[in-house]
Amino acid sequence: MRFPEALKRLDRRIIFLLIAASVALPLVWKPQFDDHATPIVQAIYDRMESLPAGSRILLALDYGPSTAPELDPMAVALVRHGIRKGHRIALFTLWPDGLGQINKITDDTIRAEFPDKRYGADYVNLGYKAGGGGAINTMMVNLKTMIPADALGALLDSLPMMAETRSLSDFSVIVSLTAGDPGLKEWIQFAGDIGGIPVMGGGTAVVAPELYPYYPQQMVGIMGGLKGASEYESALMLGYPDTERLEMAATVRMGPQVVSHVVIVLLVILGNIGYLLERKKSIRR
Amino acid sequence: MRRNIPLIITFITGMVLILGYFVTRGPLHTLYESFSDYFAIITVFAFILGGGNLIKVHLRRIANRAKDWRYSMVTMVGFTVTLIVGMFKIGAPGGWGAAVVEPESWLQFIFDGIFTPLAATMFALLAFFVASASYRAFRARTKEATILLVAACIILLGRTPIGGWLTGWLPPELSFLDLPNLANWIMAWPNTAGQRAIMIGIALGVVATSLRIIFGIERNYLGRDE
Amino acid sequence: MSDTLILWIDAALTLMILSFLYRDNAFYKFAEHLFVGVSAAYWMVVGFWDHLVPNLLGKLFPSLMSGVVPVANGQAAEWHYLIPAVFGLLLLTRLVDRWAWLSRWSLAFIVGGSAGFNLPRFLDSDFITQVQSTMVPLLVFDTGGALLVGASLSHLVLVAGVICGLVYFFFSLEHDGITGKVSRLGIYVLMVTFGAAFGYTVMARISLLIGRMDSLGNWLSSMGL
Repeated sequence: MRFPEALKRLDRRIIFLLIAASVALPLVWKPQFDDHATPIVQAIYDRMESLPAGSRILLALDYGPSTAPELDPMAVALVRHGIRKGHRIALFTLWPDGLGQINKITDDTIRAEFPDKRYGADYVNLGYKAGGGGAINTMMVNLKTMIPADALGALLDSLPMMAETRSLSDFSVIVSLTAGDPGLKEWIQFAGDIGGIPVMGGGTAVVAPELYPYYPQQMVGIMGGLKGASEYESALMLGYPDTERLEMAATVRMGPQVVSHVVIVLLVILGNIGYLLERKKSIRR
Repeated sequence: MRRNIPLIITFITGMVLILGYFVTRGPLHTLYESFSDYFAIITVFAFILGGGNLIKVHLRRIANRAKDWRYSMVTMVGFTVTLIVGMFKIGAPGGWGAAVVEPESWLQFIFDGIFTPLAATMFALLAFFVASASYRAFRARTKEATILLVAACIILLGRTPIGGWLTGWLPPELSFLDLPNLANWIMAWPNTAGQRAIMIGIALGVVATSLRIIFGIERNYLGRDE
Repeated sequence: MSDTLILWIDAALTLMILSFLYRDNAFYKFAEHLFVGVSAAYWMVVGFWDHLVPNLLGKLFPSLMSGVVPVANGQAAEWHYLIPAVFGLLLLTRLVDRWAWLSRWSLAFIVGGSAGFNLPRFLDSDFITQVQSTMVPLLVFDTGGALLVGASLSHLVLVAGVICGLVYFFFSLEHDGITGKVSRLGIYVLMVTFGAAFGYTVMARISLLIGRMDSLGNWLSSMGL
């Protein structure tokens, strides 16, 4: 079989094996790469740094387990940063699957790494509310109409960090980590642009390019995919060297990301070589 | 009545929510707040409708012994067990007053052990297919396709450390050709331009369609006349 | 114990789904159908307990619900919440063919509501503000008055890119002559946009696979491999 024919007939299962190997092998040998934050990610870091200690932050985990590998590292990095700065974090979600993610972040990061932080005073779980933009709209007018109690049933008025909140405008910044609709776009449209509340966040790499038009006038910054998470982690490690001892999931996963990207680019080039050779042959005929 | 009342409801709801955006006080604004709240509540009933429809479809398949009816039984068992465990908060240390997805509850177990791996792996499968599709279909056949291909490759290499390694040797005067810088520039400027053009087009489409729906010109959502 | 059980179930279901890469098979179908059932019920349960109970039932029947919704304790009933309750129940009539026409009333509220929400917000955030954001100076100077070529070029790309892209989407105008040339430039800008989107999409999918492989790795490590 000639080379162009062989390329054309390459069994897709071989491609699957190549991809699997390009991801699995780096996970075993764990290559490490240094990273630095690009301006669009650095803007998020700088905003968190500039807020006075004790600022109320709404962290909306608008995603489920299907996109957790990209967005969980962002959530962890933001929580680590926010708590180190002394900010008060309200966790919330517009996705039903997001409840499990909130529990994961609360248990594995807040309670595990900051056992001295008190629920209700330093962080709170506001749970899930349906309605997407409609829910945000109601929260802009009267937060407690939409969220009368936290996820555990405690009245918001009984929680020190939420007692004086009347609407979303009482938050210093809204951070949304989004896998789609509803998500960061809805927070910008229904809260940021109308209420003048700074909105920033992260998105899966599928969603992030669509949100670039909002930067910088309507969105402080955005972390795009695993690379964005890795950049934020690098900014965090630079600003807080004590975090270098912690596991930074995005930084670790950049190894397989690099190798698999190279494999895919090589596959695309190979496919095009086969196509060009075949075209040359048919022109000659 | 079957078509007129829904059209009136659409008109009133739409107009209240539009006018309430501009009128920030008074009875209209109170109605606007209430409609926002009602909207969120009704969307939850859509989840219940979805569950009900699932039961209807799969029970019919089982009753008629249709193709793959045994798998419909798997769906029904998964659905029923999760529903009972969740609705009755079985295993939740806090009982009826506990959070719905309380750590240590059986629903959290189902979420961690069943929902999470299934949801995550379904999406992870796409990585293989996107690689296979890239190899088979991504061809520089035309000028436009070549531009798309080159942009994609710059992004793929530039958004990883390998990009810096490949072009890091360039002198400072040519640093704009460094792959990471090129990737960032593409995202910040041409990508933003293209996405903005699409966004403006969509916004105009949304405005036009919303007006058509509110004024009853667009009625497809009502279905066919019986 | 439950962590170990979760790890094993996680691995088993992951491998069942991944078996589809070889070919469609009974294990994959089993896992797929299980996913459909579990996810539908999960969303129903979460929607019911986290939204319907506190935001509807707790407001209609506060004394009855105070045991599970502490916030309802001592509150007066808010009977206007019967409106969304009725609309919600009407939506469920879609399941019965004879009464399905009643669900149009609820659909009308949802569709009208979506249209009402979206119109002003898309007009503001996605049109007016986007046009504003595109109005950037085409010649950028530093504080000393020297022309910044790079920044100026970038701004030119942005303004020209948006205008040319919009001209391409103007289908009611014949794309010939000068319009054709501008539209062609718009296509090139859009191709760069789609190329960037494709690159990012590949990045996203690979990231999700990395997460799954990591999880499988944890399972193998738990067995000492």
